Amino acid sequence: MLKTRDLTLDRLFEPVFAPVNLEVKAGELWLLSGANGRGKTTLIRLLAGLLTPSTGTVALCSGVSYLGHQLGVKDDLTVAENLRFYSALAGTEPETVGAAIERLGLRGLEQQAARTLSAGQRKRCALARLLLHPQPLWLLDEPYANLDADGIDQVDELIREQLARGGACVLSTHGALRPASLPYQELALQAPVYVP
Amino acid sequence: MSGRVLMPLLRRDLLLAFRRRAELIQPLVFLLVVISLFPLGVGPGPQLLAQIAVGVIWIAALLATVLTLENLFRSDFEDGSLEQLVVSGQPMVKVALAKVGAHWLVTGLPIVLLAPLLALWMNLSAAGIPVLVMSLLLGTPTLALLGAIASALTVSVRRGGQLLSLLVFPLYVPILILASSAVGSAVDGLPYQGQLGLLGAGFILALTLAPWAIAAALKLSLE
Amino acid sequence: MSRLKRLFHQFGSPPWLFQFSGRVVPWLWAACLILSAWGLWWGLFRAPPDYLQGESVRIMYVHVPAAWMSMMIYLLMALMGAAGLIWHVRAAEIMALSSAPIGAAFTLLALITGSLWGRPTWGTYWVWDARLTSELVLLFLYLGVLGLHNAFDEPRKGARAAALLSVVGLVNLPIIHYSVNWWNTLHQPASIGVSGNSIHPSMLWPLLIMAVATKLFYAANLLTRTRVRLLEENPRRRWVRDWVEGGKA
Repeated sequence: MLKTRDLTLDRLFEPVFAPVNLEVKAGELWLLSGANGRGKTTLIRLLAGLLTPSTGTVALCSGVSYLGHQLGVKDDLTVAENLRFYSALAGTEPETVGAAIERLGLRGLEQQAARTLSAGQRKRCALARLLLHPQPLWLLDEPYANLDADGIDQVDELIREQLARGGACVLSTHGALRPASLPYQELALQAPVYVP
Repeated sequence: MSGRVLMPLLRRDLLLAFRRRAELIQPLVFLLVVISLFPLGVGPGPQLLAQIAVGVIWIAALLATVLTLENLFRSDFEDGSLEQLVVSGQPMVKVALAKVGAHWLVTGLPIVLLAPLLALWMNLSAAGIPVLVMSLLLGTPTLALLGAIASALTVSVRRGGQLLSLLVFPLYVPILILASSAVGSAVDGLPYQGQLGLLGAGFILALTLAPWAIAAALKLSLE
Repeated sequence: MSRLKRLFHQFGSPPWLFQFSGRVVPWLWAACLILSAWGLWWGLFRAPPDYLQGESVRIMYVHVPAAWMSMMIYLLMALMGAAGLIWHVRAAEIMALSSAPIGAAFTLLALITGSLWGRPTWGTYWVWDARLTSELVLLFLYLGVLGLHNAFDEPRKGARAAALLSVVGLVNLPIIHYSVNWWNTLHQPASIGVSGNSIHPSMLWPLLIMAVATKLFYAANLLTRTRVRLLEENPRRRWVRDWVEGGKA
């Protein structure tokens, strides 16, 4: 589903992390770990195709959903309008919006402007987007951040369903929070070894 | 993925503009203020005003456009919407077209509609007014397209607004020259169709080339 | 295309470029100095004064080559920038960016010498003449490229943004040039220039020598700047260490 070969990215002419060789197969959950500043976000953005690798390659043979630090939620639109926009982009039926709202426990908040939501509710709104048009590969950057215990369970549940569908998921976390009830493989990002 | 992005994005941007309609008035107020400063600065003599009318109106329209360009991609960049559009595999050329189209509808079109009033203020002769409106109608979309390139290039930069004006003004030189010449010719009773035709050609050229540059600049800004 | 690309990658390899430029730079500087001295001496002392403009024509031996260089460097900068954008070759990015200050300096020189020439000819330092106006717009384009590059924290991102801007500028440059020329004929039907008059060989030779000298100056300056940047960007590479240690020994 996803395969990288000797993937690196330079910032200020120095690689951020040691070359990454990662192969994600259908039904797998991968966890990216590493200290702050080790480049977890950078790697996820590389996998999503937002960054151009300095060396190595990313081979991607499926559609991707991406959840970044910036959630992609418009403050001036309501929850429903935000989701309807992404549903229109993906060309899915409008009913999927209602189902996604229901699934993430946002019922009753649909008509509220996103700016009035709490950080956790905004995160749920962004997570609901994953369900509008389920893609085979999910790339989630810190999906647990800003969520309460309920929300964290819900993320695990969403990932479980994604894996059961034959999808795959790569997520990053800063260590304290880990998928509690899911089997996962871990990729620890290493400091670059300097080769002159 | 198919290119369904044009209409949904256009609709979303118009809705967003409507939600912030108080901000839409700002460039128009700016335009009116700048133009009203000229009689105060150079004197209210109708002859003098009529002579500089086209240049003043066009330069004010140009400044008002540049003022709004800074925010064209800013919020999409900062809230992550731009990343979502790239990752979802939407053709970025269409994203650029939709963004610029919505921007022109809410900032360029009002300037065009306001132009006859401004022309009266500046004592522009009646023969020049329809040509002024035509020149703005053909010229402001080109201003928006060229400006969007600079806006996309500076969106990830701190204090990009100051840089933006330096980047766009050289590109605006031909439009300003053609537009003021068209209106000047019309006032003098000379043929002006050639200049309007060239403005139209410039618009077509910008419409075909600028979206590619905007798309490349947006992807670059996300890196 | 693949052969071109391979050539490009060889030229784009930092150690190769550093060594190559190290060999040619002294010769370029020497040739530039000799030709400049020769051309200036010829232009300022030996060439005859113009029958219309008198002694003030001598500034043309600096003004005209500088104006030529201002445009040629912009073209080369945009082309190298485009190559860097397409093939992700850092050396092309460096050379495109190192061209910008040189080109801006030549543009400024053309503007200053142009207005100095204008004082005795037109009776004023500044006239909105087509060529001067085009040079002024060109200076703004250069300043935009330099400003955009400096605005980014990540040098490669800045280089790519500046390259894209210079390509956009290159597409617009002919349009700007023709529109300014046309605007000028509308507003100023008569202006004195050297065009139209055929140039006497005694004035052509120093002009050509200066044209070659300015090109050598550009090449030498560009490669020197490139070398400095290559050293700055690769502080831990072996070839840099070897060079530094070799230099000390």
